[in-house]
Amino acid sequence: MRSFGPNEMVYIILALRWTVLLATCALAGGVVFGALLTATGLARHAVARSGVTIFVQFVQGTPLLILLLLAYFGLSAIGLELGALLSSALALTLYAGAYFSTIWRGAIRAVGSGQWEGATALGLNRWLSFRLVIFPQALRMALAPTCGFTVQLIKNTSLAALVGFVELTRAGQIVSNATFQPLLAFGVVAAAYFVMCLPFTLLSEWLEHRHAHP
Amino acid sequence: MTGYILTFEPVLQRWPLLLEGLTLTLFLTAIGVVMGTGLGLMLALARRAAAWPLRWLSRAYVEIFRNTPLLVQLFVVFLGLPSLGIRLSPVAAAALTLVLNNAAYTCEIIRAGLAATPVGQIEAARSLALRPWQTLAFVVLPPALARIYPALVSQNVLLMLSTGITSAIGTQELTAAASDINSDTFRSIEAFALAAAFYLALNYLQRLLLWALGRPLFRSTNWA
Repeated sequence: MRSFGPNEMVYIILALRWTVLLATCALAGGVVFGALLTATGLARHAVARSGVTIFVQFVQGTPLLILLLLAYFGLSAIGLELGALLSSALALTLYAGAYFSTIWRGAIRAVGSGQWEGATALGLNRWLSFRLVIFPQALRMALAPTCGFTVQLIKNTSLAALVGFVELTRAGQIVSNATFQPLLAFGVVAAAYFVMCLPFTLLSEWLEHRHAHP
Repeated sequence: MTGYILTFEPVLQRWPLLLEGLTLTLFLTAIGVVMGTGLGLMLALARRAAAWPLRWLSRAYVEIFRNTPLLVQLFVVFLGLPSLGIRLSPVAAAALTLVLNNAAYTCEIIRAGLAATPVGQIEAARSLALRPWQTLAFVVLPPALARIYPALVSQNVLLMLSTGITSAIGTQELTAAASDINSDTFRSIEAFALAAAFYLALNYLQRLLLWALGRPLFRSTNWA
C-alpha cells in the first residue's frame, strides 16, 4: 500500500491538464456549435427553426451522462471508435451548444423587435442590423449566464472519468484506490475544481450585478 | 458503419431491470427535490440572518457545492466519509449527496426571490404589528416563491437528470440499468436510447407535476 505523499499530489495536479484540455475543447466546440444553432434557430425557415428546437429539447431533457455513453458505446457499436477523450469532447460539445444557443437566443430575442425595425429604417440590412445594433446589446445580457454555464461545463468534464478518461476525477479515483485515503484524494480533487470554477462563478455574479445596476 | 440494424428486443426483454431502475430514479428525485428545496430554503433564510456567522456559513456552503462536481461530492460522501466513521449504503449516500447538492442551487434561486421583495412591504407588515415570522410566512415568502417558481422547477428537473451520475457509486437506477443491459447484450445504442427516452418523458412529467403543485402559489394573486 502506498501512502498519500508528494508523488500522489503531483499525479493529481498533472491530471488537471487533461481536465483543462477537455474543458477547452468542449468550450470551443460548444461556442461554435451554439452559434450555429442560434443562427439556425433565428432563421426565417420554419423547418430549420423547429429542427433546432427539437434538438435542443432532446439534449436538455436527456442526462449528459446518457449522451456521453451514447457517444462512447453507441458510436463504437456502429463502428466509429472515438476513444474516451473524443467521445467526451463530442458529448460535451453537443451539450454546451444546446445550452449556449438557449442563452444566446433568449438574449437576442430580449433586445426587442423595435431595435430591428429601427435598424431597418436606417437602411441597414439584416446582417448589419444584427452586427451593429442587436449583437452589442444582446452580448451584455448573455455574458453573465454564458460565464455561469462555463462553470457547469468545467464540472461536467468529470463525467469523462466514467468512460475511463484519466482526468482530474479519475486520477483522484486511482490515487484513492492505491492509498486507501479517499477523503484526502477526493478532497484535493474537489479543491482543484473549486479553484478552477470559483473565478468564473464570481465573474458571472459581477457581470450580472453590473448589468442590473449600470 | 453500414448495415447496423436497430434491435430493441434483447433490451426490452430485460424490462424488470429497467422498471427497478426507474423506481429508484423516481425515489432519488423525490427525496432530492423535497429535502433539497427545504434545505435550500433554510440556507436562503440563513443568508438574511442577523448573525454574520450564519450568513457566512450559508455563503461558504453554497460556493463549495456549486463549484465542485456532483461526481466528486458523491465520492467524498460514499468513499471518504467511512474514514470518519460514517458508513452509508450507495442509495443513502446518493440521496444525501443529491439533497446537499440541490440545496446549494435552490438556496441561490430562493435568495434572489427574497432579495427582490420591496422594502415597503416589509415596513407595512411591521407597522401592522406582524411578528417577524408572520411577515416572512405571509408577506415575504409567497410572492418570492411565486417569482422564482419557474427557475425552481428547472433546477429540480436538472436534479432529476443528474441522478444518473449516482450509478458511479453503485446505485441501481435507470442509467445503471441501461449500462448493465449494454454489457449483457452489447446493444449500446438501443439500451441508452431507451434510457434517454425514459428521461425525456420524466422531464416532461416532472415539469407538469411541479406546475400543478405550484398552482396555489399563483392563485388569486398578481404577485408574480
